[in-house]
Amino acid sequence: MEIIENNIVPVLSKVEVLLAVTFGIYYAARQFQKWTGWVVLNPILVTIALLILLLKVTGVSYETYQEGGRYIEFWLKPAIVALGVPLYQHLGQIRRQFLPIFLSQLVGCIVGVLSVVIIAKLMGASEEIIISLAPKSVTTPIAMEVCKSTGGIPSLTAAIVVCVGLFGAVFGFKVLEVWHVKNPYSQGLSMGTASHAVGTSRAMEKGETFGAYASLGLIINGVLTAILTPLILQILL
Amino acid sequence: MIRQCFIIFGCLAVGELIVWLTGITIPSSIIGMLLLTALLQTKVIKLEWVKGMSDFLISNLGFFFVPPGVALMLYFDIIKAELLPIVVATVVSTIIVLIVTGWTYQIMKRHGDNRE
Repeated sequence: MEIIENNIVPVLSKVEVLLAVTFGIYYAARQFQKWTGWVVLNPILVTIALLILLLKVTGVSYETYQEGGRYIEFWLKPAIVALGVPLYQHLGQIRRQFLPIFLSQLVGCIVGVLSVVIIAKLMGASEEIIISLAPKSVTTPIAMEVCKSTGGIPSLTAAIVVCVGLFGAVFGFKVLEVWHVKNPYSQGLSMGTASHAVGTSRAMEKGETFGAYASLGLIINGVLTAILTPLILQILL
Repeated sequence: MIRQCFIIFGCLAVGELIVWLTGITIPSSIIGMLLLTALLQTKVIKLEWVKGMSDFLISNLGFFFVPPGVALMLYFDIIKAELLPIVVATVVSTIIVLIVTGWTYQIMKRHGDNRE
């Protein structure tokens, strides 16, 4: 134990080492998924799990990890801006089917917030948790803003948002197949609406069309959730 | 590369500015994204001026979620205390959203196609 404390912790606490470890684990996890072909071994999920395990075992704190991690997290915002490109490329298509897209987003958004709040409330979750769960379907920056403005715990929301994304990425297409959502456009939309950017990155893997519609779901549901969640919470709580 | 970074971060900066000026609760990144779409649509900027950078960012979108995901370790206690409601509510709700969104779109689409 002393050997770990004296040697590994100081080295692991360096920003460069933390970054190298994160990139390394992610690369290995991606290769491993390619090799096995198992969707459950989502490289984001595996990397998060292994990093938490590593930090717990070595006793390095999350704050220390974040010294390096923030350089990766930083790119989240520019990456959301970059989604403007696929959005532009599909603008014509979106305009032609404005009503189906907009309505499915509106329904998805309202049902998403309502269902999570009602279920959590019925099962006896505390108000703070319920508020933190409400914007769970949308991408981290939006969900955290919503959570902040409604009085939840923003970083808990961030963590739950990632879990929801991972669930969608791993099981989303399976759920859609079982429930007869077979059309690539609706599959893409659903993935983006329910599981934001992580679901979108999974949809991008499946194909350009899936990805474009997923980013559409991510965007529209993101904006709708930002506007509607405070209202819905006000009515329900 | 510099031009690509300038466009992406420029959109983000304008987003930040709008949030700061208006106090709106929509995140700067979403405003930046809509602005980028508008600039492309109005041909103020050309697609090839941002394509490389945006492809790179979008294809690595999932990876940027690793650090906020690691933050989960801070909340093990809170989550453990209310594990069942949290897990059931998020999982069931996510499944419902997936199905309801897909169905609404498919039904609306079929309806629209029949009319044409």
